[in-house]
Amino acid sequence: MYAPGEKLWHFHGGIRLDGQRELSTGRPLGAVPLSAEFVVPVQQHIGQAGDVLVREGQHVHRGQQLTQVREYIGAPVHAPTSGKVIAIENRPVPHPSGLEGLCVVIEADGRDDWGDARLEPLEDYRALSPGRIRRRVRKCGIVGLGGAAFPTAAKINPLHEQRIHTLVLNGAECEPYITCDDTLLRHHAAEVVEGARILMHTLGGPERCLIAVEEDMPEAYEALREVLGGTSSGSFRLVSIPSIYPTGSEKQLIQVLTGREVPADGLPADIGVVCQNVATARAVYRAVVHGEPLIERIVTVTGRGVSEPGNHLVRIGTPVHEVIAHAGGYVEPVQWLLMGGPMMGVALHDDAVPVVKATNCLLAARRGELRAAGPVLPCIRCGECVRVCPARLLPHELYRLARAAEFDRAQEYDLFDCIECGCCAYVCPSHLPLVHYYRYAKSEIRDLERERQAADRARRRHEFRLERLEREKRERAERLAKKKAAVSHKADPERKKAAVQAAVQRAQARKAARGDTAPTED
Amino acid sequence: MRFPTASSPFVHGGGAVDRVMLQVLLALVPGTLAMFWYFGWGVLYNILICTGVAVAAEAAILRLRRRPVRATLADLSVVVTAWLLGLALPPLTPWWLPAAGSLFAVVVAKHLFGGLGYNPFNPAMAGYVLLIISFPTEMTHWIAPSVLAEVRLGPLESLRHVFTGVLPEGLAWDALASATPLDTMRTQLLMNRTIEEIRTSPLWGDFGGRGWEWIGNWYLLGGLWLVWRRVADWRIPAGFLGALVAISTVFYLADPDTHPFPAFHVFSGGALLGAFFIATDPVTAASTPRGRWIYGAGIGLLTFVIRAWGGYPDGVAFAVLLMNMAAPTIDYFTRPRTYGHRSPGDLEP
Repeated sequence: MYAPGEKLWHFHGGIRLDGQRELSTGRPLGAVPLSAEFVVPVQQHIGQAGDVLVREGQHVHRGQQLTQVREYIGAPVHAPTSGKVIAIENRPVPHPSGLEGLCVVIEADGRDDWGDARLEPLEDYRALSPGRIRRRVRKCGIVGLGGAAFPTAAKINPLHEQRIHTLVLNGAECEPYITCDDTLLRHHAAEVVEGARILMHTLGGPERCLIAVEEDMPEAYEALREVLGGTSSGSFRLVSIPSIYPTGSEKQLIQVLTGREVPADGLPADIGVVCQNVATARAVYRAVVHGEPLIERIVTVTGRGVSEPGNHLVRIGTPVHEVIAHAGGYVEPVQWLLMGGPMMGVALHDDAVPVVKATNCLLAARRGELRAAGPVLPCIRCGECVRVCPARLLPHELYRLARAAEFDRAQEYDLFDCIECGCCAYVCPSHLPLVHYYRYAKSEIRDLERERQAADRARRRHEFRLERLEREKRERAERLAKKKAAVSHKADPERKKAAVQAAVQRAQARKAARGDTAPTED
Repeated sequence: MRFPTASSPFVHGGGAVDRVMLQVLLALVPGTLAMFWYFGWGVLYNILICTGVAVAAEAAILRLRRRPVRATLADLSVVVTAWLLGLALPPLTPWWLPAAGSLFAVVVAKHLFGGLGYNPFNPAMAGYVLLIISFPTEMTHWIAPSVLAEVRLGPLESLRHVFTGVLPEGLAWDALASATPLDTMRTQLLMNRTIEEIRTSPLWGDFGGRGWEWIGNWYLLGGLWLVWRRVADWRIPAGFLGALVAISTVFYLADPDTHPFPAFHVFSGGALLGAFFIATDPVTAASTPRGRWIYGAGIGLLTFVIRAWGGYPDGVAFAVLLMNMAAPTIDYFTRPRTYGHRSPGDLEP
C-alpha cells in the first residue's frame, strides 16, 4: 500500500499493539446533543492562558471569543454555544494532577446562535498574506488536535532560514483504541486536504505535502486517494505507514517519512519540516474559509466500559459524562476512565470534567480489559526497554538513576529526550512503572532548577546588597577622608602662619583704614 | 462519577521475570537430557542437590532479610542458577561439592549483593569458581561418557556413591573416570605431544571429545530457541562464539600442532552452555546493544586465553566473571546515540 516511489524509513524500537479500532469504527459518526451547561477551561493548550473577556451574567454568542492572549505561544478559547456566562471560577479540568483550573461556565440558551461571532469568510486564501492567515488561525484558537495542543499559529510561522520543504499531515493515530482521525478522514477528507493547501500557502509553498495514514486505516486512505485523484497529485503524496507504536509521535513520524531526526535542541522546522495533525488541518480550513473558531472536535468514545463505542462530534466544554451517556452509558465495572489511549492517556478522576481541545479519545476500560502490570520486581537489565525505546535511550539506566535520585547523571543519559510513550513499561518483565519514574525525575529536576534560579536570584541580590554596602562604606570613608584632609590643611604650620599673617594684615588694614578716618588712640 | 487515577501506560505486554526464567529452564532440557544420556544419574543428582540447597538457602536468607519468601522464590531465578551450576559440576561428585557451591552462589554471590538484579557477578559461575579454586582435585574428577565407559552406575549405586563415596563391590573409580577432552588436550600438550598424536586416542570424535561433542549440539538447540524467543540477546552468544572461533582459527592456522582447530574449542567444555545460558544472564551482562557484542567477544577471547595459556583446562567461568566486572564500564562507553543527538552521550540538550 506504499505510494509508488515513496521510500520509508524506520524509527528505532517501537511495538506492535492490538489496535482495538473495530470497536469504535463500526458506528457512523454521531453528534453529542447540546449540553445544558458548558465548562470552558481558559487554559487548554501549551503556553500562556488568556485574560477572560466576559463577565458573569453576560450573554455570549456561539463562537464568541472568551479570552484574549497576549503571549506569542497561546490561544484564545471560544463559547461553544450561545447562552449566559453563569460563572467564572475554578473547576476540575482534565489534567493528570486532578487540579482545578479557571473555567468560563456557560448556561446554554438552546438557540445555538452565532450572532455576529462568526468571522468573515476568507474563501480566496491564496490572495492573502501568510501573516493574515496566521492571525486568523490564532484568533480562532486553533491548537494541535493530535493531543499535544500546541498553538498552531506559532507552528506555521517558521523563520526564513528554516526553509520549509515538507509539510507532513499526521493521520497516524498510533495509540490503540483511538479512531477520531480515521473517522475524520473518512468523512471530511476534502476539508483536510483543503486545510493542507492553506497550510502550504501559509508556509510559503513547500515542495511537498506528505499525508501519512497507518496501514490499518484502508477506508481513510481510500477517501484521501479519491479526493487527491490518486496517491500522488501535484505536490501531495499519500503515504501508508506501518502501524508500529508510536509512529504517530511527531519526531518518529518525521523519521519514518524523511529518514531525518529532529535535532534534540531544535524543532522539525530546523530540518525543513512542519508537521500538523489532520484534524488541525481541517480546523484551519474551517477557520479560514468559513470563519469558524475551534469549538468542536471529533472524539472517540470507546472501550468495553461504554455500551455503544463510536466517534462523535463534540462541542468543547461538554462534560465528559454527557458524552459517555450519549454513547449508551457505562458498562460496569469500569476500571479506568482515560482521556487519550491506554499508552499515554490521562486517567480522569471525575467524569464531570469537560471535553477540551486535546480530547481525542475517551476510553472507559472495563476491569480486566487492559492487562495490568503484575507485582513489581527488581530490574534484571534484560534490555527489552532498550530494544523498544523510540528515542534510543537506555530506559533501565534512567530508571536506576531516577530511583537513586542521581538527577544530574539522569540528564547526562538524556532523560529529557524521553517522550513518555510507555513502550519500556509495556515490555518490562519486572513490571516497573518506568514512565512514572521518569516523570518524577523530570519534575524533581525542574523543581531543583526553579530553586536554583530562585537561589541564584537571591544570591545576586545579596551580592548586590553587599556591594552596595561596600560602596556606601567606601564613599563615606572617602568623604570623611576629604573632610579630614580639609581639616588637616588648616592644621598645616605653613598655612597657619600664612593665615595668622593674613589675619594680622587684615587687622592692620582695618586699623589703617580707621586711622584714615578717625583718630587713633596712639 | 469518580474513578481511580494512575500514571500511564495503563496496559502491559504480559512479559514477566518468572516466564523468562521458565523459558531458560525449558531451553536447558535438551542439553540436560544429553548430559544424562552420556554421564548417567550423577548429572541429575548434581542438579537436584544444587536446586534443593539453593532454594533452601534463598528461603532462609529472604527470611533473614525480611523479604517475601514465596513471591521471590517464584521468580525461579534461583532454580536457573542452581541448574546451571549443577550442569557444570562433574557427575558422581560427593554431595557436599554441589551443596557448597550453590550455598555460596545464592548466599554470597546473589543475596549479599542485594538479591536478583543487584548481583554484579553471575552466581552460578561464582559458585563454580569457588569450587574449582578450593577443590581442584574433586572438580577435575570427571567420568567417561557412556560411549566410552565400560561400566555405568544405576540410580541407587550413583546415589550411594554421591552420599557415601562407596562404589559397588569390585568396581574401582578408575574404571569410571576419564579426564575431560579439554583436560586431556591440556596435559598432553604440556607433554609436548602434537594435536595429531593426541587425536589418535579413542577419546576423540569428529570435532571434539566423543560424546562431549554431541552435548554441545543440544545446548546449541536450546540456546537458539532462547535467542528466537528473544529471552537471550543473540549478540552475546554471537560475540562469544565469534571471538572464540576467530582467535582459535588464527592460532590454529599459525601452528596447528599445538593449537586445536576452532570447532574443538566451540564444542568442548562450557563454551556452548556458557555462550547461550551463562553469558546471557542479563543482570550481570552488559546491557547496551554494542556493549553486548563487546561483552560476548571479551568472554570468548578470555576463554581462549585461559584454555591456551592459563592454569585451568576450561576458562569460561573465569572469563564470565572477569567480563562481569567490566560490564558497567562497557555500558558506559557504548551508550547509544539518542534520537536527535549528534553523538552518544553528548551533553548538548
